[in-house]
Amino acid sequence: MGLEYISDMDKKFQKELNAGIGALLLLSTLNKSTGPLYGYQIAKVIEESRKDGPMIKLGTLYPVLRSLEENGLLESEVEPSVTGPPRRYYQITEQGRKTLEHWLRIWFQTKEFVNKYLKEENQ
Amino acid sequence: MINNKKDYLHQLKKALTGSDRAIIQDALADAEEYLHNTLSSIQEKNPNISETDAIGKIIEGYGTPDEVAAAYKEIEVHTSPYKKIEVSPSTYKEIDTGTPNQIVSQGNNRRSWYLRFFGIMADSKAWGALLYLLLSLPLGIIYFTWAITGLSLSLGLLVLVIGIPVVGLFLLSIRGLALLEGKLVEALVGIRMPRRPLFSNRNLNLWSRLKILVRDKYTWLALIYMIIYLPLGNFYFSVFVSLIATSLYLILIPVVQIIFNYPLFIIYGVGYYFPVWLMPFTVIGGILLLFGTMHLAKALGKLQGRLAKVMLVRPYN
Repeated sequence: MGLEYISDMDKKFQKELNAGIGALLLLSTLNKSTGPLYGYQIAKVIEESRKDGPMIKLGTLYPVLRSLEENGLLESEVEPSVTGPPRRYYQITEQGRKTLEHWLRIWFQTKEFVNKYLKEENQ
Repeated sequence: MINNKKDYLHQLKKALTGSDRAIIQDALADAEEYLHNTLSSIQEKNPNISETDAIGKIIEGYGTPDEVAAAYKEIEVHTSPYKKIEVSPSTYKEIDTGTPNQIVSQGNNRRSWYLRFFGIMADSKAWGALLYLLLSLPLGIIYFTWAITGLSLSLGLLVLVIGIPVVGLFLLSIRGLALLEGKLVEALVGIRMPRRPLFSNRNLNLWSRLKILVRDKYTWLALIYMIIYLPLGNFYFSVFVSLIATSLYLILIPVVQIIFNYPLFIIYGVGYYFPVWLMPFTVIGGILLLFGTMHLAKALGKLQGRLAKVMLVRPYN
């Protein structure tokens, strides 16, 4: 029972950490891409480079895409697909790029601080 | 137990009970897209795998219906008014967040042009924009009449004491109409029109409220918008009615001429017909024109929406 309890707590912790990271990853993916991508492709890109990285449930990234679009950081276009359900192609906007620049600065600041702080803790 | 895609979607829908309908629809569309693509990619690599096993694997990566539903609900709660982010020129240039990926480097530049062209009919934004542009004539008439009547009445009465409340009410009504127009743009064109209360302080007296109203640039911009909306609406309406009518006519020429035996045009009692061999081309031309019209509607709707945003919405400072 104890083990399961810990893993649930771990999951919750990871989920809380992922909350902001998802948006950062999505913006960065679309910023790097040379053309619009649809949800599954974005999920695949992130999943492939994840390897041993933190567990991110891809299903939780999709709503983030929607909200990024709502905030004007992305724009999208629907296109029917011959083989399956229609695809929504996302593309980063000018504002999205500017925001990403800010977020990256915030991220690296946070990362540096946390790393430094945790190192002190370990010593 | 989830055995296939349908089960998953069903469970997801159940988990989202009580959420906004649009959110449910988004969640189901997203899940279906992911499940479908992943399923076919797994089955391609491993044709013997059963759908139950495959879906089990997929859920590990995508998340259970409950987890996914929770994520959508979270977004629903947090959909807060959009805040403009001030951007100063940044010196931060070294951005390295991982190895570039094949998909990313290829992008979707390979997307076929015909899918992009014909896909417009599946785009709700294009339909919304078309409806918005067709509505612009009746709305333009209403806005124009109201603005001109109100303006002349206010100016005329300004020499009397009752002119002042009339001016106040009129300007307030213009802001109200601007709000309505903003909502329409938001709903039909999909451009966010963030609203903020006009009077930030609730304890203001009527006189200071009137002063705020008169001094605010956006009151006057809204008034100008109401006036120029009529010619613009006139233009949009005529362009789109003609385009749609022309494309429908081109498509229906075989029916009109062969079945109803009605000529293209009649001069001095002599009917002129399209030669039959040309008809396939008019039909194809009509269909292309119809799709092109939708593209134009989307583009013009966006343009008009931007104009509305510039003139009706105060940016965050």
